[in-house]
Amino acid sequence: MYVYLPIAEISVNVFLILAMGTAVGFLSGLFGVGGGFLMTPLLIFAGIPPAVAVGTEANKIVASSVSGVFAHWRRGNVDVKMGLVLLVGGFIGSSLGVWLFGLLRAIGQIDLVIRIAYVIFLGIVGGLMLLETARTVLRARRKAPARKLHQHTWLHGLPFKIRFRRSKLYISALLPLFVGFAVGVLAAIMGVGGGFIMVPAMIYLLGMPTSVVIGTSLFQILFVTANVTFLQALHNQTVDIVLGLFLVLGGVVGAQLGVMYGTKLRADWMRALLGTLVIAVGAKLFFDLVATPDDMFTLGDSAGMH
Amino acid sequence: MARLALLLLALIAAGQVAPGGKARAEPLVADLSSHLIAITTGFTGAEVLVFGATDGEGDVAVIVRGPEREEIVRRKQRMGGIWIHGQSFRFRRVPAFYTVATTKPLNELATQPVLARHQIGLENLRLDAGGRESDPDYKAFADALIRLKQSELLFPQSTGKVQFLGNQLFRASIGFPANVPVGTYLVEVFLLRNGEVVGAQSAPLVISKIGLGADIFLFAHRDAPIYGAIAILMALVAGSSAAYLFRKV
Repeated sequence: MYVYLPIAEISVNVFLILAMGTAVGFLSGLFGVGGGFLMTPLLIFAGIPPAVAVGTEANKIVASSVSGVFAHWRRGNVDVKMGLVLLVGGFIGSSLGVWLFGLLRAIGQIDLVIRIAYVIFLGIVGGLMLLETARTVLRARRKAPARKLHQHTWLHGLPFKIRFRRSKLYISALLPLFVGFAVGVLAAIMGVGGGFIMVPAMIYLLGMPTSVVIGTSLFQILFVTANVTFLQALHNQTVDIVLGLFLVLGGVVGAQLGVMYGTKLRADWMRALLGTLVIAVGAKLFFDLVATPDDMFTLGDSAGMH
Repeated sequence: MARLALLLLALIAAGQVAPGGKARAEPLVADLSSHLIAITTGFTGAEVLVFGATDGEGDVAVIVRGPEREEIVRRKQRMGGIWIHGQSFRFRRVPAFYTVATTKPLNELATQPVLARHQIGLENLRLDAGGRESDPDYKAFADALIRLKQSELLFPQSTGKVQFLGNQLFRASIGFPANVPVGTYLVEVFLLRNGEVVGAQSAPLVISKIGLGADIFLFAHRDAPIYGAIAILMALVAGSSAAYLFRKV
């Protein structure tokens, strides 16, 4: 069954979109990842213009993160103060990102930038996942030594120190501001929540306890992707509500299945599988960038200036 | 059945003019089976029948042109191992859609100057590159424009020929793909005899988005802030209600 997407301005097979949403949702439920970094490239492969894929995926992440924020909030797993500092950075970063997005689109380079960003990040994320799997397998054989909560480095000498009671931290506000900013830019340009960058940054860079990391990162993701959705809709008109609705529908069902089956599957092998999948998607995007194109010419998207 | 009825109507219309004999009879009468194509949510393309009658034997050429707009053609170039967009050409007033249906191959239809004057055939389409027509790269970019539009199915090369029924009635079926741009189209019908145009008639054809999809598109562009807010609100509602529904599963 084909449905016409009003903003993407193409007809797509509903079942294909639903299946993609469900598959990515399944992985999200299984691993607690947002899945934006898989969904956006899949949408591009399905023929959705990259700009619309990014804007719409941000909208979908609003839907997929809201319930998580509530759940973690109830359990007191959100460091609101830390979340707000991250958000300030996130708002600045995502606003700058959307502006940059419009600029790149006007000069016809946005598709390229999106693809390159994905090649880099999928390579890193997929590589880290496989590394993590290898480490888990190794750790099962010998016990890992106890690690300190965090090491003190020059980062702790930065000014504007603030006490984050919930995270048991006394660090410079510049650190979370920077993390929030960087993730905000990524959210705007790549249409991802940025959890896969933010969670490690919160643990290793800020030294936050893992108990509040997920809740606080979801808190930041919810508001930053809402900001991206609004600004993309305002400046670039790249948010497709119809496409978003199908993605949410598939994603919700998939996430529930993922949570249900999550306990029955070997986590480390599933992670290896996901890592391989991520690298495969990245490799496909990379190949498209370096392979000699079939046609040297492209018809421009003059950014709605027709 | 409907098409047949329309054809008969055309025949009658032509027939009424001919015996009237007040002035010279119209050499060509033509019309479309529909003057409006509505792009609805389930739109997968459409076909329009161009039909009419002539006052005798001759050749017929049907040209369908979409609304004109600016197109940018960019050439990829290799930089640091990857292919990026480099040089570009802007073409002004390119028809968003263009197709020709004829009774004969173009070269048998008329001489080159006649074809060029009426822009019959893709190779006779005038492309305005804003004064860069003498640029050595112009031809490569102009060819690329036509090739790319063809690959998007917007410059279909053969949409079926013009068929004559008897020697006065003709019909041609013009296909429009699912991605056909909206706007006001012009359907021109030429009657040619001995390589000269002896009759011409044109009719407008409107292609517009109708229904929910069109409303959403307009809304997203006219009231962008409200559209953005609604997109967020819908996501919030969908996300929370899904979580509520699956709470006990």
